[in-house]
Amino acid sequence: MRIISILLTFFILLPILVVGGQWLAPRWEVWIHLWNTRLPEMMITTALLTLGVGAGTFLLGTGLAWLVSAYRFPGQTVFEWLLIGPLAMPSFVLAYVYMGLFDFAGPVQKALRAWLGSAAWFPEIRSLGGAILVLSLVLYPYVYVLARAAFLEQAASTFEAARLMGYTRLQTFWKLVLPLARPSLATGVTLAMLEALTDFGAVRFFSVSTISEGIVRLWEGALDRSSALALASLLLVAALLVILLERILRGEARFFQADSHYRRLEPLQLRGVRAWVAALICGCVLVAALGLPLAQLSFWTVQEFGKGTPGIFDAVFYRYLRTSVGLALLASLLAVGLATMLAQYARSTRSRFRAVLTRLATSGYAMPGAVIAAGVLILLSFLDQQKWFSFMLTSSLFGLVYAYVVRFFSLAYNSAEASLEKVTPSLIEAARLMGAGPARILYRIQAPLISSGLAAGVTLVFVDVLKELPATLLLRPFGMDTLAIWAYMAAAESLWSVAALPSLTLLVIGLTAVLFLFRAGKLLL
Amino acid sequence: MMTLQIHNLTKHFPNAKTPAVNRITFSMQEGEILALVGPSGCGKTTTLRLIAGLERPDSGSIAIHGALVASETVFIPPEKRGVGMVFQDHALFPHLSIFENVAFGLQGRKRAEVQAIVSEMLRLVGLESHARRYPHALSGGERQRVALARALAPRPALVLLDEPFSSLDAGLRLEMREQVRDILKVMRTTAIFVTHDQEEALFMGDRLAVFREGEIEQIGAPEQIFHAPVSRFVAEFMGGSDFLPGLTQPEGIETELGLLTQPAPAAKHVELAVRADDIDFALDAEGNATIAGRFFRGAFHVYRLQLDSGRILHAFKEHTCLMPVGARVRAWVSAGHPLAAFDTQS
Repeated sequence: MRIISILLTFFILLPILVVGGQWLAPRWEVWIHLWNTRLPEMMITTALLTLGVGAGTFLLGTGLAWLVSAYRFPGQTVFEWLLIGPLAMPSFVLAYVYMGLFDFAGPVQKALRAWLGSAAWFPEIRSLGGAILVLSLVLYPYVYVLARAAFLEQAASTFEAARLMGYTRLQTFWKLVLPLARPSLATGVTLAMLEALTDFGAVRFFSVSTISEGIVRLWEGALDRSSALALASLLLVAALLVILLERILRGEARFFQADSHYRRLEPLQLRGVRAWVAALICGCVLVAALGLPLAQLSFWTVQEFGKGTPGIFDAVFYRYLRTSVGLALLASLLAVGLATMLAQYARSTRSRFRAVLTRLATSGYAMPGAVIAAGVLILLSFLDQQKWFSFMLTSSLFGLVYAYVVRFFSLAYNSAEASLEKVTPSLIEAARLMGAGPARILYRIQAPLISSGLAAGVTLVFVDVLKELPATLLLRPFGMDTLAIWAYMAAAESLWSVAALPSLTLLVIGLTAVLFLFRAGKLLL
Repeated sequence: MMTLQIHNLTKHFPNAKTPAVNRITFSMQEGEILALVGPSGCGKTTTLRLIAGLERPDSGSIAIHGALVASETVFIPPEKRGVGMVFQDHALFPHLSIFENVAFGLQGRKRAEVQAIVSEMLRLVGLESHARRYPHALSGGERQRVALARALAPRPALVLLDEPFSSLDAGLRLEMREQVRDILKVMRTTAIFVTHDQEEALFMGDRLAVFREGEIEQIGAPEQIFHAPVSRFVAEFMGGSDFLPGLTQPEGIETELGLLTQPAPAAKHVELAVRADDIDFALDAEGNATIAGRFFRGAFHVYRLQLDSGRILHAFKEHTCLMPVGARVRAWVSAGHPLAAFDTQS
């Protein structure tokens, strides 16, 4: 068991190590070439994008979470769980929908020009600002979920104590609630920043050249592997910097509410204008992140369906759907299965060694998809070049699934760990004392108790694999197309209405899963 | 035949400085309830887990009904020992109904028999009407009783209870311990009961074993432990004792409160354990103590007396007898039995 766990951790880490290993022997000519071309611009853009998304998700996520957990207003209970929805939105889909809507040729600018004349000014959506807006709208749920949980955890007595000492509700929020929630907020914001680092589709559509975008561009277009690899190693450093930032933001702070019998803060009923303003804020965010794209995608789909365009609910569509679902199912089952093994091992020992082991194995989620894809590619092509090795693994299904498992392993591990925790040692001991052997314990006690948690884990990984782009683009076997690839390719050609159906399908599957899991209390980030 | 025989049982966890359980020996008769009591970390729970087979001893032996279940060469796994256990967290299976929980240990028996046993057990603990419910729908006390019914259902040779009342609040605790003791006695079950609450131990146990740092400091009937503690540790742990220094004389023990005529101990300098009911006092301007405080306890008052040496002793008085704080009094020992004396040197 120990050996298997070590091997598992090793293989999960290997692609990241391969990319990180580039720093051991830097190829200076590649770096000089990169520096002289677009590297400085890429670095600045990446930094601005990451920080911008960090600030945007912090504002949206924290603000909305405070609004729905501290106040009551019309629609608050519905908003509370609908606001999680944008988590299911692939960023590139929102990006091209916004281009379709707000670009120079889009309906919004046309209407403005018709109304105000040709001089009417409108901010350029295809810009860094546009990318920050779109990514913040898609990624704020990371902060929202964690902030809401942190706010709900805070005892009313703490809040009331501050009020009695003369602080207003708003002052208390700034002085007390926010600092207490800092560890959760830091985690949420860094998760969002890491997602911004790994994003590829949205930035490409908005012509924002980040490092992630550069890796895919160099690898695909110019087939310049050494430059792409150098960039990947740089991206790895950027991801590590963000993680370091999280540690700094969290500090040594571990805040616990000591008493388990705490009373939750009673939400304040808002009335009149203020109630409607609160509802309007939540409504606007939801419309911008979900309502508008859903409406536009549905409209495009209906339009194409009317035209009888190929690919709309025909055999081709179902083939893409099958490929996507099959691939996602395979990867998610594998990831959760392996994660459960490792988590089970971790529970059976209490050594420092296994703490380090699980820490390492779950670091994949912080690693951008492009870094993992590059690592897997290097590994596989190295293997394929060996004389003794007779399989062709490069651009095989194996490579792609491997990359997915590495990328989403920590997501799978979190739910595996949470499920296994439900089976306390005393439950197993009680069963044994009543004469149950290992088989009966597995079948009657462990399996029923952990299955729903593991199913939630599989669902989460499934949704993430469905919409994953950079690793899929770089590693997919020739001719293997998924819904995400199809949507991305069509949108890249500005065939927005053709991209609508696969995007809509991804969105509906993801939205159903995310909302269902959130309501069941099983959404673990 | 003895239901349980334990000989020289020792368990030393890796990375621990001292053994968790160190060479303990005791045995139990059929139908007896033994309470293991001691401060936390004294080895009482480890002893329980060793008997259950959830830990493997380093040396020593355990025999149940004369059959060896653990020794240096033998280790019978928990599922084959026929021992029931009530866990501190109750460990009810959350996904099984109350009926299924209690029936869990009865596999391999006929349906009708299982049905009959489970109904009988649930009737015994007063939860017949809850058979179809799930653990989360029960109150703490009800869960407690389900856990007991579940442990008793297969009619184990021995039932182990690991701080079963620690998760209940104070009022319920008093009620539950009476119920549990009655049920154990009705079933004529041999039971070992672990607690860190000395009052609970006195109530529950036919005998008590006081643990200290992995060893049994004293084992015996509750009265014996309470009135004749073998060490200052036991006297202190069993509660309510003040300590009064004394000097051994040929005719008794010389103390601040005068000469106590009782069999003289071997040591010269001793400490006497005195409880509040061993001391009496009366107003006396020429006395040996001052009233430092008075606390109302319902049926009686507890007086806090400061002796002239500065030492504090406590004494009971009827609630009708009121004396002002600050008054001079004369205090004396009115125990009517010899006081436990401990060598100050050891």
